[in-house]
Amino acid sequence: MSFMRKVGAGLGAAALSGLMASTAFAVDLQFYFPVAVGGKAATTIQELTDEYAAAHPDVKIDAVYAGSYQDTITKTLTAARGGTPPQLAVILSVDMFTLIDEDVIIPFDDVATTDEDKKWLTSFYPGFMDNSMTDGKTYGIPFQRSTPVMYWNKEAFKEAGLDPELPPATWDEMVEFGKKLTKKDANGTVTQWGLRIPSSGFPYWLFQGLTTENDVILANDAGNKTNFDDPKVVEALNFMVDLSKKHGIMQPGIIEWGATPKAFFERQAAIMWTTTGNLTNVRENAPFDFGVAMLPAHKRRGAPTGGGNFYIFKDSTDEQKAASLDFIKWITAPEQAARWTIATGYVAPSPAAWETQAMIDYVKGFPQALVAREQLEFAVAELATYQNQRVTGILNDALEAAITGTMSAEEALKNAQAEADKVLADYR
Amino acid sequence: MMGRREWIHGWLLLSPALILLFAFTHYPAVVTFWASFFSTPRGKRSAKFVGLENYQTLLTDDKFWQVLYNNLLYAGITIPVSVALALIMALFVNSKLHGRGFVRMTYFAPTVLPLIAVANIWLFFYTPGFGFIDQVRGLWGAGEANWLGNPDTVLGALMVVAVWKEAGFFMIFYLAALQTIPPSLREAAAIEGSSRWTFFRRVTFPLLMPTTLFVSVNAVINSFRLVDHIFVMTEGGPDNASSLLLYYIYEAGFKFWDTAHAATATIALLVLLSVLAIGQFFLVDRKVHYR
Repeated sequence: MSFMRKVGAGLGAAALSGLMASTAFAVDLQFYFPVAVGGKAATTIQELTDEYAAAHPDVKIDAVYAGSYQDTITKTLTAARGGTPPQLAVILSVDMFTLIDEDVIIPFDDVATTDEDKKWLTSFYPGFMDNSMTDGKTYGIPFQRSTPVMYWNKEAFKEAGLDPELPPATWDEMVEFGKKLTKKDANGTVTQWGLRIPSSGFPYWLFQGLTTENDVILANDAGNKTNFDDPKVVEALNFMVDLSKKHGIMQPGIIEWGATPKAFFERQAAIMWTTTGNLTNVRENAPFDFGVAMLPAHKRRGAPTGGGNFYIFKDSTDEQKAASLDFIKWITAPEQAARWTIATGYVAPSPAAWETQAMIDYVKGFPQALVAREQLEFAVAELATYQNQRVTGILNDALEAAITGTMSAEEALKNAQAEADKVLADYR
Repeated sequence: MMGRREWIHGWLLLSPALILLFAFTHYPAVVTFWASFFSTPRGKRSAKFVGLENYQTLLTDDKFWQVLYNNLLYAGITIPVSVALALIMALFVNSKLHGRGFVRMTYFAPTVLPLIAVANIWLFFYTPGFGFIDQVRGLWGAGEANWLGNPDTVLGALMVVAVWKEAGFFMIFYLAALQTIPPSLREAAAIEGSSRWTFFRRVTFPLLMPTTLFVSVNAVINSFRLVDHIFVMTEGGPDNASSLLLYYIYEAGFKFWDTAHAATATIALLVLLSVLAIGQFFLVDRKVHYR
C-alpha cells in the first residue's frame, strides 16, 4: 500500500471509529506500564495482557512499556494534556493527588457500580488502600505494590558470633548487631559495614520506615499538610545520621539505591533495607544463605507501603472505561496476582491471592516471601500529598543535607516544613 | 526590478528552512517567553496572567541560585580543562608515534558512547568499596571514598565525566586543523632555529585560534545542555549539590509539573546563553584570525 493510501485508510478508520464509539463494536485500550525492578516484569505483563486479549476478542489492549515510574507519569500527563491519554496505566500510588489535581482520572466508584464490583473494591489489604483512596473514593487499585524489608546475611551473622536465625528486632538491637558485624582491616578501613539503608534519589521512603517506627505520620490523609518538623521526625533523622556518625555501622554520605543489592552480595554490608521488589533478585543472586525480616521496631513496628496502582483515565468512552475496569479486575484476580508476585517479588494485594495453590506452593519453597505480607498489618500509607513530587523532593533535600552533615536534622526539617507549607497552602 | 515569479521562487526556496526554524526554534521560544507571565494551569484551574510574579519566585528561590552557581562552576572548570586536554591529545596523536591509529581511536572512543552509557560506566567506577576507583585506591591501603554521596566531591566527580566524554570530541577538530598547517612553516622555523615551544606558541597556536573559538563555543553550549549523566548518577543530589540549570528546568517542568516556573527558568537560561554567545562572537572573534 502506498503511503498516501495508508494515510487515507487511517483517516477513514479514525472517522469510522468515531462513529462506532457509541455502538461499542470493538474496544481499543491503551495501557501504560512501568518497570521499576529487574527480572521478568515486562514479559509477565505482556503475557498476561495477551492472555486476556485472547479470551476477550472484542477487546484490543495495547500494552506500552513506558519506562521508569517517573517516565510513565511524565508520558501519561503529557499525553493527557495533548488530549490523548491512555485508558489505563500503572503509576505510583503516591501520584494519586497529582493525577486528581490534573483532573485526568476518575474514581473507580464511578464505574464499579454493581454489588459484586463494590465487594471487589474492598477485597484488597487495607494497608494498600490507604494510598488508593481519598475523600471516601477509590482512585487506584493496588497491583505492583511493595514494602521495604530487611535482608540479612546469615553467614556474616555466624562469623560475628550472632545467631544466624535471629535478625535484630529493635533499633537498639540493630545498632548492637551492627557494631558486631562491622569489620575493619589492619589499617582501620571498613571491609564490611553492619548496615546499609540506601539514601540516594528518594531517601524519604526508607526514612518513613524510621519515622513510622518512631510513631509519627509524615502527612495527613487529605494530602495538604505535612508534619516534617515534628520532634519525633527529628529524632528519627538523628538516629539515621548517627548510624554513620556516632555508631559507625553504616557507610557515611549518600548511599546508592541501585548498588545496594550488589553491595549485599559482595559482603560489603551484612544487613540491608530495600524493597520486596528485590526479593527474586536476591534469591537468585545471593551467594550465601540470607534471611528476610520485618523492619525493626522502636516505639512501634512499622513501614510504609510503596509501588504502583492501576488508574482509569477520564478522557475515554464509557465502553473503554468499562473494558478497563474488566481488565483490571481480571489481572488483579487471585490467580493472575499470584503469577505476578512469583515472577517479580511484589506483594500480592489481596488475601485471596495468597490462598491460591500457586502461592501456597511458592511460599512453601520460599518462606521469606511471607514477611512482606505479615508486615502489611503494621504498614502505613506512603508519604503522599498534592504536588507530591515537589513536596517529597523538599523532604529528600532535607534528609540529604542532614545525612551529609551540611545541616543539623532539626534545621533541615524546619526549613523543609516551611517550604512544604508554602507549596501546600493553596490546597487547604 | 525583480519579477513577481522570481519573488515567489525565492520564498519557496527559503520556505523549508524558514518553516523548520520558526516551528522548532522561534515559535517555542516565543511561547515559552509568553508562558513565563502566566500561572501554571492545573486540571480545572486554567492559567491566569500573573505579570512578573514567576520571575520574582525564581529570583527568590535559593535552589535556583545554587544551581546557577553549580553550573557556572561546572562550565568554568570543564571548558578550559577539556579544551586544553583536547589540544594536548591532538598534538600528541599528530606526531609520529607507533600505533597512532589505535591511540587516536582510544581518545575518540568516549565521544562515540552515549552519555547515558558513559554515566553508567562511571557510576561503577565511583561505587564506594567495590567500584574501580576504590579497588585501585585499596592497593595503597586507602579506605573507601563516597565520591557521589558527598556534597563536596560530587560536582567534581561529574566534571571528570564531562571532560572524559568531551575532550576526545574536541580533539578531532584540533587534529583536522593541525593537518591543514603547511609543513613548510615547520621547516622554515627549523631553519630559523626556533624551539618547539616557540613554534607552538608563535605559529601553531595562533593558527588554531579559529578552531579554539569554534570548540569553546561548543563547549559552552554543551556545559549547559548535557545533563544526561545527572539523571543516571546523582539525580541532582545530595541536596542539589550536583544539580545543573537544565536539570532544574526538567525537574520543574516534568517532575513537579510547574510549567510556568520551568518556562521562567528557561528564559533565564536563554538570556545567560545569549550573553555568553554574544560575548564570544563579538569580543573574541576579532582577535582569532591570524594577521
